[in-house]
Amino acid sequence: MSSFVCNFPFITILASLFSGAASSVIPGKWARRWNKLLLVIIAILSFVTMRYSWKLGTYYTYSMGHFPAPWGNEIRVGVLETFMAMFFSLLMLLCLMGGEAEREREIEESKQNLYYVLADLLISSLLSLIYTNDIFTAYVFVEINTLAACGLIMIRQYGRTMEAATRYLIMNLLGSGLFLLGICFLYDITGHLLMSNMRAVVDEIVKQGTYTVPLIISLGLMVVGLAIKTALYPFHAWVPDAYGYSTLSSSALLSALVSKGYVFLLIKIIMRVIGFDFVSKTSVSNVLFIYGLIGMMMGSINAIRQKDIRRMLAYSSVAQMGYIYMGLDLGTEVGIVAAIFHIISHMATKAMLFVAAGGLAAASGDHKEFAYLRGAAYRNKMAGLAFLSGALSMIGLPLFSGFISKLLFAQASMDQGYKMFFALAAIAISTILNTIYFMKAVMIIYTPIYSEEKNRIGGRIIYVKDQAMKVCVFAAFIAIDLVLGLFSEPIVSLLTIGIQMFG
Amino acid sequence: MDIMHLAGNYAEAVSMILFGIGFTNLLLQKNLIRKIIGLNFMDTSIYLFLALKGYIYGRKAPVVVDGVKSMEAYINPIPSGLVLTGIVVSVSVTAVMLSLTIRLYRKYHTLNMDEITTIINRGEE
Repeated sequence: MSSFVCNFPFITILASLFSGAASSVIPGKWARRWNKLLLVIIAILSFVTMRYSWKLGTYYTYSMGHFPAPWGNEIRVGVLETFMAMFFSLLMLLCLMGGEAEREREIEESKQNLYYVLADLLISSLLSLIYTNDIFTAYVFVEINTLAACGLIMIRQYGRTMEAATRYLIMNLLGSGLFLLGICFLYDITGHLLMSNMRAVVDEIVKQGTYTVPLIISLGLMVVGLAIKTALYPFHAWVPDAYGYSTLSSSALLSALVSKGYVFLLIKIIMRVIGFDFVSKTSVSNVLFIYGLIGMMMGSINAIRQKDIRRMLAYSSVAQMGYIYMGLDLGTEVGIVAAIFHIISHMATKAMLFVAAGGLAAASGDHKEFAYLRGAAYRNKMAGLAFLSGALSMIGLPLFSGFISKLLFAQASMDQGYKMFFALAAIAISTILNTIYFMKAVMIIYTPIYSEEKNRIGGRIIYVKDQAMKVCVFAAFIAIDLVLGLFSEPIVSLLTIGIQMFG
Repeated sequence: MDIMHLAGNYAEAVSMILFGIGFTNLLLQKNLIRKIIGLNFMDTSIYLFLALKGYIYGRKAPVVVDGVKSMEAYINPIPSGLVLTGIVVSVSVTAVMLSLTIRLYRKYHTLNMDEITTIINRGEE
């Protein structure tokens, strides 16, 4: 128990927090190098912790300042948490490397290091959201996450990003207000702040049947708050601007990591704080299920209408968020596993798509509109390949990770009565809609162009040797996608064991 | 019966009404400054709620003076701690919101969010 490995999760959180502070006073180049090293260190330490927890066969808690359970603050570490921490840090590394050229160009020289302050704070808050066992700490880091994400949007300073950042901040503040109110209600009912202690009292309350209404209200407030922050369908208005106009690596980070951190917190609340059995019996779960389904449709329909590749990807994220909420509220633990698999699959795929879209735009005179992207895949072959494989994964072609997550969702929906019918129908329709807009995009970028159109678009050919780092990033993304698609069985069993430890 | 409950907990009811006012203002006002005021209303109402939950009638703030160390003499200190943490969070969030507002005002000479969106969509970068 008292192995040194136990300290690693806390060390990773603290190291990223202090790196954020230190990056504000060192030059941008060194901040960038340190950030890369930090993310690699976090990934390695998380992997070591995961192996330790796997061998231990159970989770362990780590109390801050050696105050015992009901009073002190603690973090709780299991297989699932460490796996997510590893995946988050690796993905963040790839996103930052993939958008490096655009970032250096679009952000002022004097503000380069500030980007890494925000990135370090972001990974620190994500790690805390993953590991923490204290609900108020979770709230504080939700806010840090929001502020860091807002900074990532507005660091590329022109009108659109400032407006997008303001809208993003307003919507997220509404979300965190509701979340905080939900926490306060729950604290009022249970008298605890640690999630495991809360759970004991919640079980008692559910058994006695008193205070059920306040419990449902507090659950509803927390869920709606996090749903606003994760851009579930009716709350998605801020998404297209925030993802569409910020610098490339910010878009990738926002869609791949930031929203997933909140979803992970939501899963934690459902599984650990309130209890899965109670949640799946309440109407909150049904409401979320319905909005998840509507989100899957509306996100895709809106994506079809977009003329800008980045905005199309943003709406596609809204649709994928719908999938995740559908999985969470199917009422089976298999559904939760499917949702988590979709989280990691979507993280890898959407980050790849954003970086690839950036590469395609760079080969078309920095235009993101489809009218200019014609033939872009021939001008930047590697980005075209990455976009193609990302699109195929999103559609759900076998070989790629998207197929496995759709398969898992379909399996999870079996024997769920009316929910099965709706879930299967929604998956089928949404697959068709996905195919429409992703294939449209792929066909446009693979349409050869001739001389007169070449003059209009005015793009340039980008060779592999001009973008060595991006090519490595694309290769890594495609490899991750294929590994998730081809060797899904060990990963799914790891997630299943992780979820059992998690609850 | 329910009305009696509500009357007995009138302070909590007030804090929820304030939360509603703040939330609606943050969501629906077009003027950015009014939005920020709404945000502060919303946060403060939650602190009121927390402070009420920690208060025990007839007891003192949890600061040890005159050597009184009995637990019975003081109110629950945890909600006060949470309020302090919450205030720190809300101050920093408000600061970021205000700085964004200043930047938008300098660029577009208006505080109306809808007007700003219209200007941006007209393409006057």
